[in-house]
Amino acid sequence: MPSEVAEARVRDGFRAALPLLPGPVLFGLSFGVFASTAGLNAVAAIVMSATTFAGSAQFAATTVIHDGGTAATAILAAGLLNARYIGMSISVASIFPGSRPRRLVESQLIVDESWALSGRSGRFQWPILFGAGLLFYVVWVSSTAVGALVGSTLANPESLGLDAAFAALFLALAAPYIRGRRAVTASLLAAAITLVLLPVAPPGVPFIAAAAACLLGLRR
Amino acid sequence: MSTAWVVIVVVGVASILFKAAGPVFLGRRDLPPRMVAVVSLIGPVMLTALVVTQTVGGDQEIVLDARLPGVAAAAIVVRRGAPVAVAMLVAAVVTGTIRLVT
Repeated sequence: MPSEVAEARVRDGFRAALPLLPGPVLFGLSFGVFASTAGLNAVAAIVMSATTFAGSAQFAATTVIHDGGTAATAILAAGLLNARYIGMSISVASIFPGSRPRRLVESQLIVDESWALSGRSGRFQWPILFGAGLLFYVVWVSSTAVGALVGSTLANPESLGLDAAFAALFLALAAPYIRGRRAVTASLLAAAITLVLLPVAPPGVPFIAAAAACLLGLRR
Repeated sequence: MSTAWVVIVVVGVASILFKAAGPVFLGRRDLPPRMVAVVSLIGPVMLTALVVTQTVGGDQEIVLDARLPGVAAAAIVVRRGAPVAVAMLVAAVVTGTIRLVT
């Protein structure tokens, strides 16, 4: 069949992911360093990257731990950020081949970048998602490990301005999403909620409360 | 088990289930459009809240220190299309320098 000739291969997924690799490398290193400054040891940071495999949720949960918030607050913060994966996962549900256990394992390779790359051609393609996701996974876990080991040797990361660099990281990640009036309004509302609650609410709670700004999406 | 490990295990399991939701549990189904609109705002909203927390957050207080000018400088270069690494470097240099001289 001629249409089969154009079918993507896992190799194509690797190739598509290559130009994006600096992102996960930098993000993974940052998470490793941040985790060690928040008191997580290298094993904890690596286990988190290997199981959660979602940078912003990992940063959010670790921020709450770092600020002395409860486990429930940290879990809720990460859960809210990762809720988008339910939507992404459903959107690619039909492209995963094989048995249920195999789909369970391979679905873990769904991450923002692999999902976006796999849908570039207009329909989602499993080989692209698998190839790109696998490369991102390996890079993510190994750069977390390097970051955690480097971070544990830093005497005073704050003096290097690393705390501001982490904030800048999220600013740069958020920027592409804050397009259009609704996203701008929702982001400003989230910032306002966080600012108002920071002095009065327990650690991590302002962050979770800010999620209420997502409800602006219900407006038509 | 420490707080950190409780968080790591629960968040890890939840993430695994979230990602498996489609291919393993649901099969072909779409989210209602209004849900999609809400979910699409989670990224910008939560990342913004994280930026605010990391920039002016303290021990149950708002702390205005060397982080703010660093993040502001990063915002300017991001606005001009700088890549993530440059934004991080600018923030670290500005904040680190202010801490060094004050």
